[in-house]
Amino acid sequence: MPELDAHERARSFDEVAVGYDADMALAEAMRCLQCANPTCIAGCPVNIDIKSFIGRIIDGDTKGGVEVLKARNALPSVCGRVCPQESQCEAACVLAKKGEPIAIGRLERYLGDSDLSCDIDSRCKPDVAAPSGKRVAVVGSGPSGLACAGELSRLGHAVTVFESLHEPGGVLVYGIPEFRLPKQVVASEVDMLREMGVEIVTDTVIGATYTLADLREELGFDAVFIGNGAGLPTFMNIPGENLNGVYSANEFLTRVNLMKAYDFPHHDTPVWRGRKVAVVGGGNVAMDSARTALRLGADEVFLVYRRTEDEMPARREETHHAREEGVQFKMLCSPSQIVGHEGFVTGMTATRMELGEPDVSGRRAPVCVLDSDFVIDCDTVIMAVGTRANPLLSATTPDLGLTARGYIVADEDGATSISGVWAGGDIVTGAATVILAMGAGKRAAAAMDRWLRVPG
Amino acid sequence: MFRIIHKRQLSDAVFEMGVEAPAVARKARAGQFLILRVDETGERIPLTFSDWSAQEGWVRFIFMRVGATTHKLTHLEVGDELADLVGPLGRPTEVGSGRVAVVGGGVGAAVAYPVARAMCAAGDDVTVILGARNSELLILEDEFRALPLKELIVCTDDGSAGRKGLVTAPLKELCEAGALDHAMAIGPAIMMKFCAATTREFAVPTTVSLNPIMVDGTGMCGACRVSVGGETKFGCVDGPDFDGHAVDFEELMSRQRVYVDDERSADAEYSKGCSCHL
Repeated sequence: MPELDAHERARSFDEVAVGYDADMALAEAMRCLQCANPTCIAGCPVNIDIKSFIGRIIDGDTKGGVEVLKARNALPSVCGRVCPQESQCEAACVLAKKGEPIAIGRLERYLGDSDLSCDIDSRCKPDVAAPSGKRVAVVGSGPSGLACAGELSRLGHAVTVFESLHEPGGVLVYGIPEFRLPKQVVASEVDMLREMGVEIVTDTVIGATYTLADLREELGFDAVFIGNGAGLPTFMNIPGENLNGVYSANEFLTRVNLMKAYDFPHHDTPVWRGRKVAVVGGGNVAMDSARTALRLGADEVFLVYRRTEDEMPARREETHHAREEGVQFKMLCSPSQIVGHEGFVTGMTATRMELGEPDVSGRRAPVCVLDSDFVIDCDTVIMAVGTRANPLLSATTPDLGLTARGYIVADEDGATSISGVWAGGDIVTGAATVILAMGAGKRAAAAMDRWLRVPG
Repeated sequence: MFRIIHKRQLSDAVFEMGVEAPAVARKARAGQFLILRVDETGERIPLTFSDWSAQEGWVRFIFMRVGATTHKLTHLEVGDELADLVGPLGRPTEVGSGRVAVVGGGVGAAVAYPVARAMCAAGDDVTVILGARNSELLILEDEFRALPLKELIVCTDDGSAGRKGLVTAPLKELCEAGALDHAMAIGPAIMMKFCAATTREFAVPTTVSLNPIMVDGTGMCGACRVSVGGETKFGCVDGPDFDGHAVDFEELMSRQRVYVDDERSADAEYSKGCSCHL
């Protein structure tokens, strides 16, 4: 897929991957073998009929392709961009064994974007079933909430989504940067949900503005889906973490993405623009943070990770892009202290690591090398070392069953310990991917629909 | 959505504002805060409730014009709307401690008022110490006088109203007299630091209401980290009230200054196009 030049794009928030035009999409689709027993579909967490939508592209029926996609996935332009296809559908493609699998994600994005480029009236709008007379509240407008809302709305229920921030989209707007997922794409997908009848209420914290009980008892919702995300950032508990210039990835990304601090002072929210930035972590959020720091004008950005690149949980495409843009990988390093002067970061001490025996995760565990401490010269540190469950809603919902770590206990369909209340996404699984959260939202919607239709 | 229904100038740079927000007003408790955005490009700023009415569906807050955002806010009038208002956030202040001194310094008086009121309603024996640099900056004195307080002690740095001197002097006298089961200090970080230092030697448990920088206000970003007893807490979800004897005030003050230069440049930029000369 065409991309902006690495050197040029590393200073710009424009989207990196430009996307297929019609000819390129057709050429890629033509490579598809249209297998009698397609294996790709089973690789998709929401079982999109991949063979059919690619078939429609081959037939020149773009609109038909969009319809196939939308039957299973309310947010194709989002998923075409951020799904880890290489470990899902594309990994299951028979061509993967012989070399290059079909670029399913890029074709999905092509169809999704062609739909978004139409005005709202000519866009593909899923058929909405006759009104059921039931009202459902969805807590959180991130991937799981939007997927659940879209599905419930399609099934004929009246859906209201409650979002605590001032803009809907959850991690899609506060977390994932513009250069990977343009905010306009999210806004257009949300517009379609509104068009289908979904009501979206921002500036409302469930657990504070309304409790879960209020939603059912006072506001009269028949059922509730909780998709409020993982939330609270984790720190390493090393000295110096509260110095100025140390950010959680959540804060750094929220300032830049949601609050548009890159456009300060035209947008009012500032962000500390470091010259030398150390990002700690090896996941997609770490890559997003590192690449964002470059775009804010940093001279040098270091990615500090305690294992090697092979163990990094980030997508290959993201590590590749980060490296191409100039992020310097410092592997087998574990921060031990952040040092500062007059309250501001001046450096980070790290210990060299080596890989030992495999741990419970099956990955080789990093082990400290004795007397190997060294200092990384930096004025900003971004901690991208994971999140933990946000207690805001659970603290005011005593009956809600939680795990020891504060995540909501839910069964395969998302049913919680409270009848009529479902949950899905990161608040159940811990930090995961957009598509897994969407899958959970969809499964819950199906179960909620069955429950809502039981007479009496 | 969030219509301004009340505006009152309390001093040169301090304003009281009332906004229609029925859902927030129903749940507001003393010590909790809201987050607002003035307009579509605005930052999210936390402000603690100074008053509210669940029946009438409004909340009030008091703010001092310090930067571009609060400067913009001063230009909004009754009938105008805020882009966003969300709350109530944070934990409510605990009441029911018995004989309590509530210290409100500067704009901190805005928070001290509903706190003192809630304590009175809970049957506490409440002394309020109200402090300001001078009489012009003293706010809400009449409101405090209308509460069933044990005593209201007014202090100004220059003696232009009440006692001349800092709030810590009467606080120390109350401690010395053994007249306190609890103290609550709300105001600038430096004032809270010295209030906590004052009560420490008398072992009077002391709560402070912290005002760290925040973004989302729901625990998601961690901008509001404060060290309390050597542990990192989030001001928004763990606070804003903390044990004043355990808070690292130096760190708090340092963290509050991180964007000072940006704030100055943003305000200078905004003021260029503004004719109010505030």
